Amino acid sequence: MIPAAFEYYRPTDMEGVIALLQEHGDDARVIAGGHSLIPMMKLRMAEVPHLIDLQAIEGLSGITVADGTISIGAMTTQHDIINSASLAAAAPIMKEAALQIADPQVRYMGTVGGNVANGDPGNDMPGLMQCLNAKFHLTGPDGDRAVDARDFYEAAYMTEREGEEVLTAVSFAAPVGGYAYEKQKRKIGDYATAAAAVQISKADGKVAAASIAMTNLSDTPVWSQTAGAALVGADCGEAAVKAAVTAMLSDIDPTEDNRGPVAFKRHAAGIVLGRAIARAWSRA
Amino acid sequence: MTDKMHVKLNVNGEDHEFLAEPRELLIYALREKLNITGPHVGCDTSHCGACTVTMNGKSVKSCTVFVAQANGAEVTTIEGLGGPDALHILQESFKEHHGLQCGFCTPGMITRATKLLEENPNPTEAEVRFGIAGNICRCTGYQNIVKSILSAAAEMNAAKEAAQ
Repeated sequence: MIPAAFEYYRPTDMEGVIALLQEHGDDARVIAGGHSLIPMMKLRMAEVPHLIDLQAIEGLSGITVADGTISIGAMTTQHDIINSASLAAAAPIMKEAALQIADPQVRYMGTVGGNVANGDPGNDMPGLMQCLNAKFHLTGPDGDRAVDARDFYEAAYMTEREGEEVLTAVSFAAPVGGYAYEKQKRKIGDYATAAAAVQISKADGKVAAASIAMTNLSDTPVWSQTAGAALVGADCGEAAVKAAVTAMLSDIDPTEDNRGPVAFKRHAAGIVLGRAIARAWSRA
Repeated sequence: MTDKMHVKLNVNGEDHEFLAEPRELLIYALREKLNITGPHVGCDTSHCGACTVTMNGKSVKSCTVFVAQANGAEVTTIEGLGGPDALHILQESFKEHHGLQCGFCTPGMITRATKLLEENPNPTEAEVRFGIAGNICRCTGYQNIVKSILSAAAEMNAAKEAAQ
């Protein structure tokens, strides 16, 4: 419950953040909503001698939908996502997923950027971002760069982000077709036992394109290219769904914990993916 | 040990200034520095919501906010909603519908409920249950809490209509 002491900074521009990260190296971390970092600090699993609060930096939050591209500032909260009419119209899967994350209080504070940068495979947004083929925008001492969500995750808590970089925004093309985020969890606020993000577009009664990503079924989110490909050209009937599930199962690698043994998680993964495909198809 | 920082908080309409280590959690600043002991601590993993306050218009778990982050914020706690002689409609309703037993979750529950009804003045039962899902109660089984909130919503809406 009691975190170790730290120096606190509230810079007002990104240059200030980068300078502090350069000065203090691994001893510095940025804090966004604080709802993964503070719990870890309270358990002394994270020690952060220099804590850099991003709350006073202009331009880090907000949702823009323009020319078919959606851009969401890193400090945009889950609450903001749920309440954005423009986002609900352009990418309704975002609201559907955000409502399955945590609880009201956590959603007022927790941010999209924190969710995707955290690196915990339990987080829901990373898989969703892979499903949507999002780009993550990073700012560091050498300037800006973008990394595909599908290339961002290396292992649990290990990502492509360098220590002196800050994730400033996520962006993706407005998805077309039907969508679903299906999450099996033990209770409100729990990380998924298994969850699936699905986007499906339809042409002439058949699947034109499909993207499938799975949450908390490996040490990273899993974008299953073969599972999506298995649906293309099909009518989303039983055989196609079975093929997609089979493909997905060869891409995941769950571990046993108190959410269940590996065999159960693989079973649950198949169930959530089947349901997500059915719902996405019904909306396509 | 880091240097203490100068913290300003407006709590329940009153300005407070004090020195605190940045790592001090908002809940402890409220309870131990300002003697505002309605918000409680029920866990150390940000689940229970007993520490819920309204900060800058958001329902937040004050155990998961450093006082450094809260510096400059406006905070409302259960004490700011109403007192024994002038209960807030929600406080009255929790009393009327037996929405509490031990009372430990109640300050967080009612503070959360004020924000819930502000954002959704006509919630369904399901919306109330979902809207208080960040607040755990060990005594009531929630049923009477839901009744209390729905009844308070109806009363607030009737009062609003009467005023128009």
